Amino acid sequence: MINLEVPAKAKPLINQAYQAASEVFRPISRKYDRAEHAYPKELDTFAALVDGLNESGEGGAGASGVRRDENGNGGGNVNGANLRTVLGTIEMCWGDVALLLSMPRQGLGNAAIASVANDEQLERFKGTWSAMAITEPEFGSDSAAVSTTAELDGDEYVLNGEKIFVTAGERADSVVVWATLDKSVGRAAIKSFVVEKSRPGITVERLEHKLGIKASDTAVIRLDNCRVPKENLLGSPEIDTKKGFAGVMETFDNTRPLVAAMAVGLARAALEETARILSEAGIDVDYDKPANSQHAAAATYLQLEADYEAAHMLTLAAAWMADNRKPNSVEASMSKAKAGRSVVDITLKCVELCGTLGYSEDSLLEKWSRDSKILDIFEGTQQIQQLIVARRLLGKSSSELK
Amino acid sequence: MGFGLAALTKISSSQFIDKMGLRKPFEKAVTTSVKHGFRAAGAASRGFTPTKKLDKPARLAPAQDTGLFDLEPTEEQQMIVETVRDFAAEQLRPAAHDADAKLETPDGLLSRAAELGIGAFGIPEELGGFGTERSVTTNVLVAEALAHGDMGLAVAVLAPSAVSTALAQWGDADQQATYLPEFAGENVPAAALAIAEQQALFDPFKPATTAKRTPKGYQLDGVKALVPRASAAELFLVSANLEGRGPALFIVESSTSGVSVESDPAMGLRGASTGKLHLNKVNVGAGALLGGGNGEVFAEVVRLSRLGWCALAAGTGKAVLDYVIPYVNERVAFGEPISHRQGVAFMVSDIAIELEGIRLLTLKAAARAEQGKPYAREVALARKLATDKGMWIGSAGVQLLGGHGFTKEHPVERWYRDLRAVGVMEGAVLA
Repeated sequence: MINLEVPAKAKPLINQAYQAASEVFRPISRKYDRAEHAYPKELDTFAALVDGLNESGEGGAGASGVRRDENGNGGGNVNGANLRTVLGTIEMCWGDVALLLSMPRQGLGNAAIASVANDEQLERFKGTWSAMAITEPEFGSDSAAVSTTAELDGDEYVLNGEKIFVTAGERADSVVVWATLDKSVGRAAIKSFVVEKSRPGITVERLEHKLGIKASDTAVIRLDNCRVPKENLLGSPEIDTKKGFAGVMETFDNTRPLVAAMAVGLARAALEETARILSEAGIDVDYDKPANSQHAAAATYLQLEADYEAAHMLTLAAAWMADNRKPNSVEASMSKAKAGRSVVDITLKCVELCGTLGYSEDSLLEKWSRDSKILDIFEGTQQIQQLIVARRLLGKSSSELK
Repeated sequence: MGFGLAALTKISSSQFIDKMGLRKPFEKAVTTSVKHGFRAAGAASRGFTPTKKLDKPARLAPAQDTGLFDLEPTEEQQMIVETVRDFAAEQLRPAAHDADAKLETPDGLLSRAAELGIGAFGIPEELGGFGTERSVTTNVLVAEALAHGDMGLAVAVLAPSAVSTALAQWGDADQQATYLPEFAGENVPAAALAIAEQQALFDPFKPATTAKRTPKGYQLDGVKALVPRASAAELFLVSANLEGRGPALFIVESSTSGVSVESDPAMGLRGASTGKLHLNKVNVGAGALLGGGNGEVFAEVVRLSRLGWCALAAGTGKAVLDYVIPYVNERVAFGEPISHRQGVAFMVSDIAIELEGIRLLTLKAAARAEQGKPYAREVALARKLATDKGMWIGSAGVQLLGGHGFTKEHPVERWYRDLRAVGVMEGAVLA
């Protein structure tokens, strides 16, 4: 029975996340935008609450909620952890994207662990705050070009290499590192490893100064003969050239809708604020009157809101498919592509509509316009999402459609 | 158009023009008038009379609200959509090119659609239909599936159900008993929901067509634009500004004095033989007013009509996507399929992404409407997306075929013309 409303039973969770976003995140949003690299200590007590939500099986806000539940429910329609996590993330990012990315124990590494770890690993890494380290100085989107190496030496892997753009890399307790077991084999040899920051050989080299999401630290990490137990490899240690990349890439099917959700939440914040400002200026949107018969600002707003709503629904759809164990690589990429480009367009247009009021630091609109840009870049750029969608629709391999 | 031609036959068989030596000039005039609009009386309508007495209007119950997010249509909806999709592929798509060129709906197409029962699930069981509950989502899925065949012919097929759905939802007991059984029967009357007017920045809530109160009912004056199958229609549901009360809808039978029709060919939707409906001092009874002239009823008709156009955009958009994929894979340039180029491939991705957005927003609004929840916002957003992105999809479809897309050898140029109707049209279809 087709219905695209937020599930009734998720309303308490959404309400909680909204309260937190408005009472914890928003009041400190500007403070940590200005104080780049300062640790938002206000988040510590709040993080405990989110842990509680996730442990209760409610899922909620943060990357650790994306594990695909193996317990069936008898074949009916499931509104599960993926949908709840996306819904919680939307609310939290309505508050502040960078602060959500700084939430203890809710890193993208946690999403990777949740997505691909076996039960033993899941138990052992419970409570860790894990960042994700894929990108290297010599590559970004081309993640098959990983040059960080992992060599088996007895019961341990020895890791060597340099990782950049590691979100929460300084604050996290551990980092999920992508490394190759054998560079000559290509994609199939790329595996991910949980590397605890306490181990010798892993160091944070420096933090980036950025356009936006300044409350979130972005680290450069060096691995110099860093040894981890072989049980820290996530997924299968076999180099299976048939299955290839699939293991590590699985994470993306779960995390891309999450990043799309961040974009949706941020876009909604900008739209709400703009509607308020426009209303004070005497302009209210009428949903029945033709757009072209309204004030140009109202017509523009309608167009932005339509893009927002499309991104919103694509995101819920991708998460719903994950909950119902339908393959969703294409839908995940579609949601990320639409939400990523829409949030940039929406936030920038909102500044334009609000004029100097929107451009000034007196308003959060200018900050949101800076924060939004990363959402069309990380977890796969706009162009990467388009490639994924196009290859699938056209039936093309990565060597045919480059 | 049908009646226009019938009237012409009558005139041309008259000995009068032969006697007067007017045969040649008259024939020439006919060719021109068919092309540019020939004004004729409205079609002769069947005698609509109540077949049974209803104590109260039959209403479809609101659809249930499961409280869960769900993208899966019901089994019944899946069966309906499958049937309609086959019908669209076998009957609409092959006929679309000629219908577009000739400005007419092919013979037999509408009766075959009526046999399928398209429209009958929006009519309550008491009045001979299959309807048990509101079916806005089903209507959307059906419109989408039909438009995958051809948008113009889909409009022709759906036009009568726009009127019957409105009567089922807002007609009083007498109106329902008089008209609805005919719509549930085998010989469904051609009928049209006439809202659009030929005016820049037209606002359906401010029609220029007027309704004045008379001792016995109302007198209507004005001109309606792009009315599907206007010359064949036996029944119109016409919007007019009711003095002192704002916009309202009136049931007008085509044979009423003062009703005339004129062909109104446009950029697209040509298979629907669009026409202008002229209302010149048209007197209708007090029972012709729909929904008691309630403003909210009028707003719902406008919203559901817009939603119908969103569904048509989704169907035609999908036709574009399904057409360009094999084309760009087979077309070779510079030694490889053009789909190996990002400039081409990314356009295909974007068609798919925006199309899915249009589809989801349309379904969201539909589900809210049939559950009795507010849906004005959702319709406005779906319409905005369907207007902007739907047109972009139409344009991208032609672009991907290059010069070939510009010719009538391929349907993409027709889809380009049809998709421009979305955002322009008001009325004609109803979700």
